[in-house]
Amino acid sequence: MKELMTGNEALAYGAYLSGVRVGAGYPGTPGTQIMEKFASFPGVHAEWAPNEKVALDVGIGAAFAGTRALVSMKHVGLNVAADSLFYAVYTGLNAGLLIACADDPGMHSSQNEQDNRNYAKFARAPMLEPSDSEEAKQFAATALEMSETFDTPVIVRFVTRTSHSSSVVDVDPAAVPPPVKENKPYKREIGKFVMVPGNARRRHPVVEERIGKLREYAETTPLNRIEPGNDDWGIVASGAVYQYAREVFPEATFLRLGMVYPLPEKRIREFAGRVKKILVIEELDPFFEEQFRLLGIPVSGKDVFPIVGEFSPSLIRQAAIKAGILPAAVSGFSAAPASDIPIPVRPPILCPGCGHRGMFTVLKEAGVVVMGDIGCYTLGAASPLEALHFCGCMGASIGVAHGMDKGGIPDRLVAVIGDSTLFHSGLHPLINTLYNQGKTTTIIADNGTTSMTGHQHHPGTGYTLQKQPTVKVDLERMIRGIGFNKVDVCDPNKRDDFRKILEDHLKSDEASVIIARRPCALQSRERRTPPRIDPELCLNCGTCLDIGCPPLIQQEDCVSINEALCTGCGLCVQVCPSDAISQEEN
Amino acid sequence: MKKIDYLLAGVGGQGTILASRILAHTGLELGYDVKTAEVHGMAQRGGSVESHVRWGKKVHSPLVEHGMADYLIGFEMVEAARWLTYLNNNSVTFINRFRIPPLLVTLGKARYPSEKEIENLLQSRGGKVKWVSADDMAKDAGNPAMAGVVLLGALSNLVGGGREIWLKVIKQLVPARFVEMNQKAFLAGRDAGPG
Repeated sequence: MKELMTGNEALAYGAYLSGVRVGAGYPGTPGTQIMEKFASFPGVHAEWAPNEKVALDVGIGAAFAGTRALVSMKHVGLNVAADSLFYAVYTGLNAGLLIACADDPGMHSSQNEQDNRNYAKFARAPMLEPSDSEEAKQFAATALEMSETFDTPVIVRFVTRTSHSSSVVDVDPAAVPPPVKENKPYKREIGKFVMVPGNARRRHPVVEERIGKLREYAETTPLNRIEPGNDDWGIVASGAVYQYAREVFPEATFLRLGMVYPLPEKRIREFAGRVKKILVIEELDPFFEEQFRLLGIPVSGKDVFPIVGEFSPSLIRQAAIKAGILPAAVSGFSAAPASDIPIPVRPPILCPGCGHRGMFTVLKEAGVVVMGDIGCYTLGAASPLEALHFCGCMGASIGVAHGMDKGGIPDRLVAVIGDSTLFHSGLHPLINTLYNQGKTTTIIADNGTTSMTGHQHHPGTGYTLQKQPTVKVDLERMIRGIGFNKVDVCDPNKRDDFRKILEDHLKSDEASVIIARRPCALQSRERRTPPRIDPELCLNCGTCLDIGCPPLIQQEDCVSINEALCTGCGLCVQVCPSDAISQEEN
Repeated sequence: MKKIDYLLAGVGGQGTILASRILAHTGLELGYDVKTAEVHGMAQRGGSVESHVRWGKKVHSPLVEHGMADYLIGFEMVEAARWLTYLNNNSVTFINRFRIPPLLVTLGKARYPSEKEIENLLQSRGGKVKWVSADDMAKDAGNPAMAGVVLLGALSNLVGGGREIWLKVIKQLVPARFVEMNQKAFLAGRDAGPG
């Protein structure tokens, strides 16, 4: 039976059918649906961890106990989990461990476009890269077998176009995971599992020897293959890019790499011996190209294709034409005519009714410097709010704010971090601010969910990934428990209340926390009657437009409200200087 | 079996992902190999979104090439115009006569092009442009959020598949309580013809 699945779903399905029974991850585009899908299978335990490092430790622990495990994250999540990846490569495991990690070339929804193939080489962990959903399913099984054969975690790399592409997967409706056997017994092996220097020194040669064996494996595995064709050009590619290249160069000979680390030297030499010229097509870093050059094999690669951004068949074709590798005239393709009509851009924006909007309008008016973080509230940097002055990575806001405070700037300063991001990596810097006698005000933009990635549960929601009711961590009690004395809770869309609390905190000399709590407008779907604008009173001054709320539209003589989009939050009522906007109480 | 490449363009939250799933599953029912590509996450917060759907004997890339789209399905006027470079002189664009002004326009800092300008732009590649009042028709069927399904109805007249196949796929993919409404919206688009 054929079924359409995304790469994320297919990997989860393949892992489930291979007997994985424990999964852990942290949401992050484009990898979120791996764990969401895995959680839907019967008889498995799947959890959202507060961050990727915790998720990886949980997966490693499950594998130590003798149960196959799946861990998922986006590319930058592996930065957070890297410490655990490196020790797990040294210790090895007791059952298969698959780390599914999704890169985001082109940065559709990320702060960078790091190429995580480098982690495979850096940590000495083998890495596979599927090029469509059927392969994602199959590679899950292969990765788990490899993990057990070679006693190492195995990384399966996705990119946006393999994670969020759907393609046909062979599904056997009768297929079930292997019966739950007794776990392979856990043995206390101090020399293998306790990474103190003396033991770690004995494990490092094991790691290097293992990579040698994996290199041998790479020579024979069907994951890598030479696809014979016209030998004028030999194309080297993997993953989504392989599929693009197959379309642009339908006749060429290919070296298709399903295993991207370590690489098979003999096969590469065999390939190099049969083709006249080699073209390495890879998104982001010259990862293959450098290894070919180290073998003394001349190739074209980054001299033809960009090192930045996402690839597509169009981009590959254009670059190849420019380099004279393909003829200029390709049927069906023509350059775009110049458009003399400007098409207005449409960047993402905060939703109508979003509590972050109220918070940012007040922060902007207060003239404070705002150290932001990763989440929907990063959109507070966009016009017309322009109220956020820094966003680096998950959890960076609070530590950077404390550092700026200690470094000394004349401006008043706050850190803004979401609830899920606080649980992810905000607690340590919060403790640090208190411990090191800082005085920063931290605002927790608490909308009660992980909104940007699609409303996943976290330790503050009261439910697990598998929708079981659980402990709901009380933010206020937790923060008071750390030792903060100055903690206030407020709906940031009640601007007067929020402003009063903010001014009080900014005047204070102690480190403090404001919990700006308002449920995510997209999730709560709470609606009140939209406000009305009195055209007689409206001066069309544009003050309400500066809050950047989509339903407010500037007309010829006055502003109007698109009632279909409006949630009736009443924020615009509060900012109108001429009392032209009014709202019924309900 | 001739390949058919589709590009669906709209604003995050307009239902392009559901529509692309319906289109993909219909292709599968009709015996094509199918691939799709879309983006999630930040792009969905009211920003421009596009989905690629490809039918063919054997499909490699999930992404449509520039100049190679057979059909552009524009859920919103300016979003249709944004993907102009994917069209060629045989392309057909189905465009929803519906505006969601981008924030810069509502702020009065950018101009929303006129219907005529958008049509001229889309026709500058030589293809055909078919206007559909999909929002109004979806509203009549019960909810303007089904505009994408209305557009698929109009498109379905040109790309094969009897109405039973499309209605079956809608039933498979839409939550049970919305099935009837969506099927009604689809048929409204289909019965209005390809325009």
